[in-house]
Order: sequence, then structure tokens, then C-alpha cells
Amino acid sequence: MKHWYKALGFLLILYTLVWGLLNPVPRLDILNETIRNVYYHVPIWFAMLFMMGWSFVCSIRSLASDSVDFDNKAYHSAFVGFFFSLPGLATGSLWAKFTWGTWWTFQDPKLNGVAISILIYLAYFILRFSVEDEQKRARISAVYNIFAFIMMNVFIMILPRLTDSLHPGNGGNPAFGKYDLDNNMRMVFYPAVIGWILFSYWLYELRYRISVINNKVNE
Amino acid sequence: MITSLIKKEFQLEFRQKSTLGGVLVYVIGTIFVSALCFKGKLDKPTWNALFWVISLFTSVTISGKSFVKETGGQALFSYLYYNPRHFILAKTLYNMVFMLALSLVTFFFYGFFIKNEVENLPLFLMVLCLASSGLAGILSLMSAIAGKAGGSFAMMSILSFPVLMPLILVIIRLSKQAVDGIEWAGVSADLMVILLALNVLSVALSFLLFPYLWRD
Repeated sequence: MKHWYKALGFLLILYTLVWGLLNPVPRLDILNETIRNVYYHVPIWFAMLFMMGWSFVCSIRSLASDSVDFDNKAYHSAFVGFFFSLPGLATGSLWAKFTWGTWWTFQDPKLNGVAISILIYLAYFILRFSVEDEQKRARISAVYNIFAFIMMNVFIMILPRLTDSLHPGNGGNPAFGKYDLDNNMRMVFYPAVIGWILFSYWLYELRYRISVINNKVNE
Repeated sequence: MITSLIKKEFQLEFRQKSTLGGVLVYVIGTIFVSALCFKGKLDKPTWNALFWVISLFTSVTISGKSFVKETGGQALFSYLYYNPRHFILAKTLYNMVFMLALSLVTFFFYGFFIKNEVENLPLFLMVLCLASSGLAGILSLMSAIAGKAGGSFAMMSILSFPVLMPLILVIIRLSKQAVDGIEWAGVSADLMVILLALNVLSVALSFLLFPYLWRD
């Protein structure tokens, strides 16, 4: 059955939405009840990174096989990834307001990294819109996507580990995995990650299939 | 093959004295305007940031034209005659040399008009070298992409500013240490390694990806 992953993703997200609000969480200073945001904020970023990674893979395959179809896939997965960055930012901003006392701060390299990643993908979309010829657009945008994805990873994976960060797990702050994330929370956090990734893949499939149908209709 | 390509680039550059002079006037003009705005005296963090912002804009402006010449008959000739990998390596090497010379000129005039604040000069010059080669490495490929997408200057800046950010942040942090006059033992080795790695990475990626842009 090819629909199993959609049902699984839907059920997992439903479960984490409900049980994430009900289950017992550790009592920590400052964080208090906002620690439940771990179930929503972090998995959404994982889903975004998954989609960007998939877009990167599609771009490489598009160059390797000289195929417009893979380029189309790369575009739609990047678009879904970009879409996921917006709720990721919103939940993060809300969380920052309650724990760090501000909506946005330049003290944190991860926030800067996210802002730059959004700019990178906006540039990718603008580049695609500015080239008319399909074959040419496929090659140019695949080259830019590969280069940009690698630079984005330098920014959000390597640089934050070098400097002070307010996020857990960077710059000497303990990671959630160390002692904050107890077994109760793991029971929600891991299903949430899987659920959101499956859901993002579902969205991407929908967009991709719609675009294929549109192309056929236009022809 | 690569040496003859680089030679061709230099000959073209020096034959058109107007562009070379234009770049110099652009740099000096920008620096003079900034000096007037700040009345020639800046504190160290601002001195550092302003210097790199000026360098960033200058390098994007001059490398944007690197592939604009490659259109029409010229592009067809290069396509038939040269190996794409040699071609991008030559462009990158040429841009590296040109960018280094230009940033030294920028540094000279910047220090002339706005009081020079650098305390660890050898470290600053080292960062300047690595920064120009890193900028040239990334911008050569970006200019090739922008050239294929119509070659407008707006496209060049839209494409290159976000991907330059990791490089610029590393450069600014390292150069801040040079401006503050930190001893060699205290200089962040991690940042230096990342700066070198970004240099190697950008050249390697251009080398791998450029042949795909080349076909038209």
C-alpha cells in the first residue's frame, strides 16, 4: 500500500500534538512548561533540513542524468523546505520570547544561520524564475542549489559549534540529550521527528504531482 | 593552457584601462565618502566592520563583470577552444590575484583616510590574502551563474551575498583579533582552519560544477 506513510505521519503528528501537551515533563527553571516546544520546534527544523537535503540529492541526480524531471523535484522539495522554515521560525521566536526575553537576537549564530538560509533559497527561487529555457534552467539552478546547500551547512552546522550560542548543545551549553530529555520526553520527541518528516514528504509529493499534471495539461 | 588563459585575462584587463581605472576610482571614492561620514576616526569594531563591508561590495562589483564578456561569439570560441576546468581555474586564479591587489590598495587608502587601527599587521595581511582568495573562489562561480542567467548586476548580488556570509563572518572575527592586536598564540586556530577549508571548498566546487554550466 503506497499510502501507509501518509497515514503514519498523520497519526504520529496527532499523537505528539495531544500527548505532547499531556505527558509529564521535567521541571526546569526558566524553561518551565515551554520545554514542550521541543516536540514542535525541533522536529519542524528536522523536516526542513530533510527536504533541503532531498533537494540537494535531486539536484545532483539532475546534473548527473541531465534530466529536467529531477530539477523539478529539487525545486518542489526546496519549496516545501522553505515553507517549513516559517513555522520553525515562528515557534522559535515565541519560545525565545518566553525564555530569553526577546523575539530575535543576534547573539545566537543559529538564528543568523537560519536567516541566511532563507535568503539563499529565495535567491534560488529568483534564479529559477529568471531563466526561461527549461534545460538551461535545470543546469544553472542545480549548480547553485548544490553550492548553496553546502555553504548553508557550513553556516548552520559548523560555525555555531565554534562560538557562544544560546541554543542547547552549542558553545558549552548542554544538549537536550544529556539530561533534559528524559524517557517520557523521548516517547514524544522521536515520533514527532518521524511524523513531521513523513508529513513534509507527503506535501512535497503532492506539489510535485500537481506540477507534473500541470505540465501535461499545458502541453 | 592555464597560464595562457591567465595571460589573456591580464592582457584584456590592461588593454581596457577604463575598467581598471574605474575600479580604482570606485574604491577610493567609497573610502573617501566613508571617511567624510565618520570624520576620519573610528573605534576598532566599526573600523573592522566598515573595511570588510567596503571590500565585500568592491569584490562583488568587480567579479560580476568576470563572465559578462563571455557572451555571443566570444563564448562560442572559448567553448570550442578551451577545457572548462582549465577555464574556471584560470578565471579563479586571475580573480584571486586581482582581488588581492585590490584589497591591498583598499587597505592602503583606508588606512590613509581613516586612522589605521591594526595592531597585529602580519596577521591582518594574512587574513587579507586568505579573504581575497576565498572571495575570488566563490565569486568566480557565482559570476558564471549570473552570466548565464542574463548577467545583471542585481542577480549577481542576490546570488552571492547569502553564500558569502559564512566566509565574511569568519573573516570579520579573525580580522577583529588582528585589529585588537592579539598575540599569535591567542589567535583562534579553529577559525583559521575554517577559512582555509572554505577556500579549498569553493575552488573544488567550482572545479566540479563549472563544466555543467559551460554547455549552452
